[in-house]
Amino acid sequence: MALLDIDDLSVTFYTDDGPVHAVSDLDLSIDKGETLGIVGESGSGKSQTAFAIMGLLAGNGRTRGAVRFDGQDILGAAPKVINRLRARRIAMIFQDPMTSLNPYMRISDQMAEVLTLHEGLSKRDAVARSVEMLDAVRIPSARERISLYPHEFSGGMRQRVMIAMALLCKPDLLIADEPTTALDVTVQAQIMDLLGDLQRDLGMATILITHDLGVVAGFCDRVVVMYGGRVMEQGPVDPLFARPAHPYTRGLLGAVPRVDDADARMVAIPGNPPDMAAPPEGCPFRPRCGFAGDDCRTMPPLVAFGENRARACQRAVERVTA
Amino acid sequence: MIAYTLKRIAIAIPTLLVLIVISFLLMHAAPGGPFTSERELPPQVLANLNAKYGLDDPLWKQIGTYVWNIVTGFDFGPSFVYKDRTVNEIIGAGFPITLTYGLLSFVVAVTVGVSLGVAAAVRHNSALDYAAVGLSIGAQVLPNFVMAPILVLVFTLWLGWLPGGGWQGPETWIMPVIALSTSFMASIARITRSSMLEVLGSNHIRAARAKGLPEHRVILRHALKPAMLPVISYLGPAFVGMITGSVVIDIYFSTGGIGKAFVDSALNRDYAVMMGVTILMGALTITFNLVVDILYGWIDPKIRY
Repeated sequence: MALLDIDDLSVTFYTDDGPVHAVSDLDLSIDKGETLGIVGESGSGKSQTAFAIMGLLAGNGRTRGAVRFDGQDILGAAPKVINRLRARRIAMIFQDPMTSLNPYMRISDQMAEVLTLHEGLSKRDAVARSVEMLDAVRIPSARERISLYPHEFSGGMRQRVMIAMALLCKPDLLIADEPTTALDVTVQAQIMDLLGDLQRDLGMATILITHDLGVVAGFCDRVVVMYGGRVMEQGPVDPLFARPAHPYTRGLLGAVPRVDDADARMVAIPGNPPDMAAPPEGCPFRPRCGFAGDDCRTMPPLVAFGENRARACQRAVERVTA
Repeated sequence: MIAYTLKRIAIAIPTLLVLIVISFLLMHAAPGGPFTSERELPPQVLANLNAKYGLDDPLWKQIGTYVWNIVTGFDFGPSFVYKDRTVNEIIGAGFPITLTYGLLSFVVAVTVGVSLGVAAAVRHNSALDYAAVGLSIGAQVLPNFVMAPILVLVFTLWLGWLPGGGWQGPETWIMPVIALSTSFMASIARITRSSMLEVLGSNHIRAARAKGLPEHRVILRHALKPAMLPVISYLGPAFVGMITGSVVIDIYFSTGGIGKAFVDSALNRDYAVMMGVTILMGALTITFNLVVDILYGWIDPKIRY
């Protein structure tokens, strides 16, 4: 049985300008210890998927479908049920470490409360465990620095604190929502190395949400490509990147700058991402797709092909990969 | 923090001096004097009175003597109108009363206002939220001089539950406190609600929820402190508003606080009492603003003095 199984998930936000369909009919699953990448551009619904799993959607967000964790449907479950899972079994690290720590509380208080709450430790033991965890994320002189406030740390150090805080209870699943987007490139590499090491040490399943294809290639076993709130293509990382079978994935890979071939031109995908308040009929990528035809006005289902791969496109695989 | 506090106290002294000089000059620039009355006094009597109270000296000398007496003997002089009472006695009689209903109003305004604002923000767009917003807008447009007669009308004349004035025990405190605190309570509720809503939408609150903290803990431990910052900034002006409000309270409820003494002294040109009350209120305002700034530094670790 999969650790996390998302079945036909839809997320809609009811705004003053009408409903916005952030995620539509999403199917996704992740096994114990697996690393799954979710890639897509801004507004593709990848972060909202993560918030839906954690029960952290904004107040005007409504969900449909099911999110099963360890067999239990946690979508829209009572706060008590979800709070027992959060941090203890499913933890999350956020995009912006500068604003995701509480600026008015000492790091020690912010970390210790996780352990006093979930594991019933005394404040003293909780702080001691927190120091160990800060050591594990390689924060120098953690014992002294744990009593500082967030603004006394740099961005990279704050993200290390966030990671340490998320891993305090050794969760089964870590959701990392663009953990390196707000950081310098050199710091990005350090954080991804650290996450990789911790993921292997703890053997936890990880969902890495990012728009950085390079990060996915280096970190993940499997990747899901999202566009306009839907899955376009999914499969193991290497074959998917080597031979993308969806026009969007192909466009996405064509837009990545290459180090090994300085003469290669980056090719931008023409057009703009869809407005999810008024999404295009059928396949959301249709208005920007070079392969589109009238038959794309109905959304094709996600169909399995090859080895553990699936895609939502009705053009022949050979035509797209050619 | 201690050095900062001492520095602020040191700055307070010249501030008070400036306050004294300006009020003194303004007061003397106003037409009339303490001995002006409908029936004109014989010139010789007036000259004697002016000489007795030093009013025939040049202004700079009067100010100098006045400040000297305060510094050396904490002597604010005799009242010009009530011949046998000193300013210290008049303030000593009225100030405890003003302080009592002032502090009570302050506590009521802050506790009720903050609770109402937090409840409205937590139950955003619920019936409770709309009721709280409606109530606070209603309460805010009712100034104390409208509130006071309405209270007397309802609770004294119609229902007969409360005495309409005086200062004899807690049941006479109720209406002054309600009249003085209501509009501030309403402002505090609105400020708390909007700042709480903003804080609840912030990233670090989402991160706190992701830790599995129960909602009450998210609100009390993570959201309340930052949400209080705008409220604390408002407390300075609110305090000054309460001081001026005490004038209205003393007049409507005959509570006998210094607000009444202040108005009477202004009407009678009782220079000494007017100056005494002005200095007291100025000193209170300065002290209170210092307290607010220290509170700010205590809540926000990024502010270090």
